[in-house]
Amino acid sequence: MTTTSTRSAARRSRRRSGTYGDHPATGYLFLSPWILGALLLFLGPMLASLYLSFTDYDLFSTPNWIGLENYERMLTDDPRFGNSVLATVRFVVFGVPIQLAAALGVALLLNRASRMSGVYRSAFYAPSLLGGSVALALVWRSLFTADGPADQLSGLFGMPSRGWVNDPQLALAVLVLLIVWQFGAPMVIFLAGLKQIPQELYDAAAVDGANAWQRFRSITVPMLSPVIFFNLVLNTINAFQVFNAAFVVSGGTGGPSDTTLFYTLYLWRKGFVEFNMGYASAMAWVLLLGIALVTVLIFRSARSWVHYAGEKR
Amino acid sequence: MTPARMRKLAWHALVLAILVVMLYPLVWMLASSLKPSREIVTSVALIPQTWEWSNYAAALEPRVGVPVWRFFLNTTLISAGAVVGNVLTCSLAAYAFARLRFRLRTPMFAFMLVTIMLPYHVVLIPQYTIFQQLGMVDTFWPLVLPKFLATDAFFVFLMVQFVRQLPQDLDEAARIDGCGPFRIFTLVILPLLRPALITTAIFTFIWTWNDFFQQLIYLSSPDNYTLPLALRLFVDTQESVANFGPMFALSVLSMLPVLLFFAAFQRYLIDGMATSGLKG
Repeated sequence: MTTTSTRSAARRSRRRSGTYGDHPATGYLFLSPWILGALLLFLGPMLASLYLSFTDYDLFSTPNWIGLENYERMLTDDPRFGNSVLATVRFVVFGVPIQLAAALGVALLLNRASRMSGVYRSAFYAPSLLGGSVALALVWRSLFTADGPADQLSGLFGMPSRGWVNDPQLALAVLVLLIVWQFGAPMVIFLAGLKQIPQELYDAAAVDGANAWQRFRSITVPMLSPVIFFNLVLNTINAFQVFNAAFVVSGGTGGPSDTTLFYTLYLWRKGFVEFNMGYASAMAWVLLLGIALVTVLIFRSARSWVHYAGEKR
Repeated sequence: MTPARMRKLAWHALVLAILVVMLYPLVWMLASSLKPSREIVTSVALIPQTWEWSNYAAALEPRVGVPVWRFFLNTTLISAGAVVGNVLTCSLAAYAFARLRFRLRTPMFAFMLVTIMLPYHVVLIPQYTIFQQLGMVDTFWPLVLPKFLATDAFFVFLMVQFVRQLPQDLDEAARIDGCGPFRIFTLVILPLLRPALITTAIFTFIWTWNDFFQQLIYLSSPDNYTLPLALRLFVDTQESVANFGPMFALSVLSMLPVLLFFAAFQRYLIDGMATSGLKG
């Protein structure tokens, strides 16, 4: 479908350019900033970082080829690397689904005609706008610090207070809460998706006597599944790369006990604190492979749960 | 009261209740910026017992020997540069991809899509080395220059989608009137592209304003510090608890431009995001 329309569009524009004589260089001229950027800041650096990942580059001396040593060390001789993978995976596995559930929940709630809808939507979106900022991470850190508001609240339930951010069992939860709290962006996308579902489907189901939960299960979720899929892919990819929050909340260390040593934080430490640029490059490629693998898995799984309108089942 | 009216009231009450929880951290930050530092950590109450307006004066006192207005200026310069760069070069690229014909268009477009998905970390270290070789580390160039090379492929993609929706007849008419591609771009496409340009400008501004990672890597001398870097000083200093009041005051001040932008343009932002799937 897409290819046909692109092809016919291409045919159309070819005919036009034939008639009116587009100079072929014009395209490259308009694209020249992008071409320069793509070569100098993407294609070149990609190849360079792949090369550097097989070296002991330290930013100051000439890189020496050391083969697979960086990759071997990651897997066999660097427990902190394992910790950073674990922290990141736990963050993604807990953070993203809860965040999307919150986004969908609030979207369902807001999907209702009211004069206040616009105001509510913006208010729920506001945290997402500020969420990545250092200022907000500082607020978060203070909310969950020793004797901070969160501590006093958990104290009411008889939990010992030493500050969530200092507690190895809770530090990650603080960061999960931060990403869950920023559900505004997927929420807005869910709202747009909900508006596309024809009301007749709900009316027909109501006539058949389906209750609210049944309507949600058999109409909303399947009809919304492409949007759920889109949000899942996007937010998973982004969650793998979270940096600011972990940096600020842990004071740049990834503590306590490396429980919030996110992958990107460890990569930054390896590269820009320890000047182990070769190792950091290898880590970047492993991150790329990891994200690609997870994305492929989500795409694979999509066959069984994502339904496109008009598709035969 | 009719049942429908009751349900409506219950709905408003529920939404507002969730909103109160959601916005609590922001309100808490604002309240904390007006409390004495001691009171912030010991009291959950939002209304300050003592109003400590001096926090704001303290927040604006020089930090690491640099006046705070300098951090605002640096952040503004970088954000403004990024906005100009993105709007200018991403729209040029989008027009080429969407409307012009040239042999390498398809592979180049495919590569652009790849760069959207690529984690920044893969190109991070060679990019750093390049800027180091050019003597640009600890200047604003590494933060602004890439924007003039349309490296934010996401916005190129956003605009390509937008240009594709514009009727080709317009270009056609302009062409018959004797316009070349450049005049078609400036006289026909750009004015119609305005909503996408505004979306790009606002998101570029807010993301650059909030960015931290690249600033952390590229900027080292305090004179070049941006607001996020200045705020981070509060994490590093040991006596940070004593500085809580000023820290929150500076946090509030640093968020103001973003909030003002949001208040002014939220309709564009949210609609633009819903149609394009942009991330906040």
